[in-house]
Amino acid sequence: MLVVAGVALAFFWVPTTPPPEGFRQRIFYIHVPVALTAYACFGWAAWKALRLLWTRGERYDLESYTAVHIGVIFGVLTLVTGSIWARTSWGVWWTWSERQLVLFLILFLFYSAYFMVRYSVDPGPRRANMSAVYALFGVVLIPVSVLAIRLAENLIHPVVFTRDVDENLTASQLATFVVCLLGTLALAVALYLNELTGKRLDRRLRELREAIAA
Amino acid sequence: MTSAEKYVTAAYLVVLAMILLYVVIYAFKLARLGREVEEIVQRLRSQDGKAGSPPQRDPPARLSRQ
Repeated sequence: MLVVAGVALAFFWVPTTPPPEGFRQRIFYIHVPVALTAYACFGWAAWKALRLLWTRGERYDLESYTAVHIGVIFGVLTLVTGSIWARTSWGVWWTWSERQLVLFLILFLFYSAYFMVRYSVDPGPRRANMSAVYALFGVVLIPVSVLAIRLAENLIHPVVFTRDVDENLTASQLATFVVCLLGTLALAVALYLNELTGKRLDRRLRELREAIAA
Repeated sequence: MTSAEKYVTAAYLVVLAMILLYVVIYAFKLARLGREVEEIVQRLRSQDGKAGSPPQRDPPARLSRQ
């Protein structure tokens, strides 16, 4: 509901910004919340990985893995919506000269490789530990990726959330952004919980089948 | 419809399509899990059938105590 409300606000409530941004500025309300949600998912995965390594709780492995999976989905959406924005704004789908784009791509590929690392090891404590360490390493890339947008010398990528955020965003724009962000976060939580329930059910069914076969 | 409007609409539609695709894939997975549950139930029922009469609800030990 929040996502639908956010999209409705973005299309029908927020006034169109003056040129050069104009109508294309509305991509901001989906691109940035989706990117922040991807970061949140990777951060959550790292937290669960840390809990696994700290407490040796077996359930954290599945929780970390599910969070990475949802994060990668939102990462794909970030790259696609960002590319569409780049096409309308810069005239190209992608540019390698922008550090922030390349850094996000590296972050995305790093977490995509998580699945290859995970499934290259047989299930068990070794796989859980290896996956947890990998997820923890990946979280280091998040602040680097966020800071790159602010520290990059070549400022093609717009920076909205600065100390002068009041000047960059009007009240209606900020309200729409907050609704969209809450909507994407709620969507990610719903997808995470559903997928986690499905994976737990799948695991228990496998155990039950093995118990019957034995 | 201007070029910018087309691209903005495309961006939102891509997000919607991706989420829908995920939901469809997940629905297939849930359907598979449902089939597996059904298969296990059938297997247990057939095992019970092979074992003969169904087990007694009240064990003899409890009856002797009463």
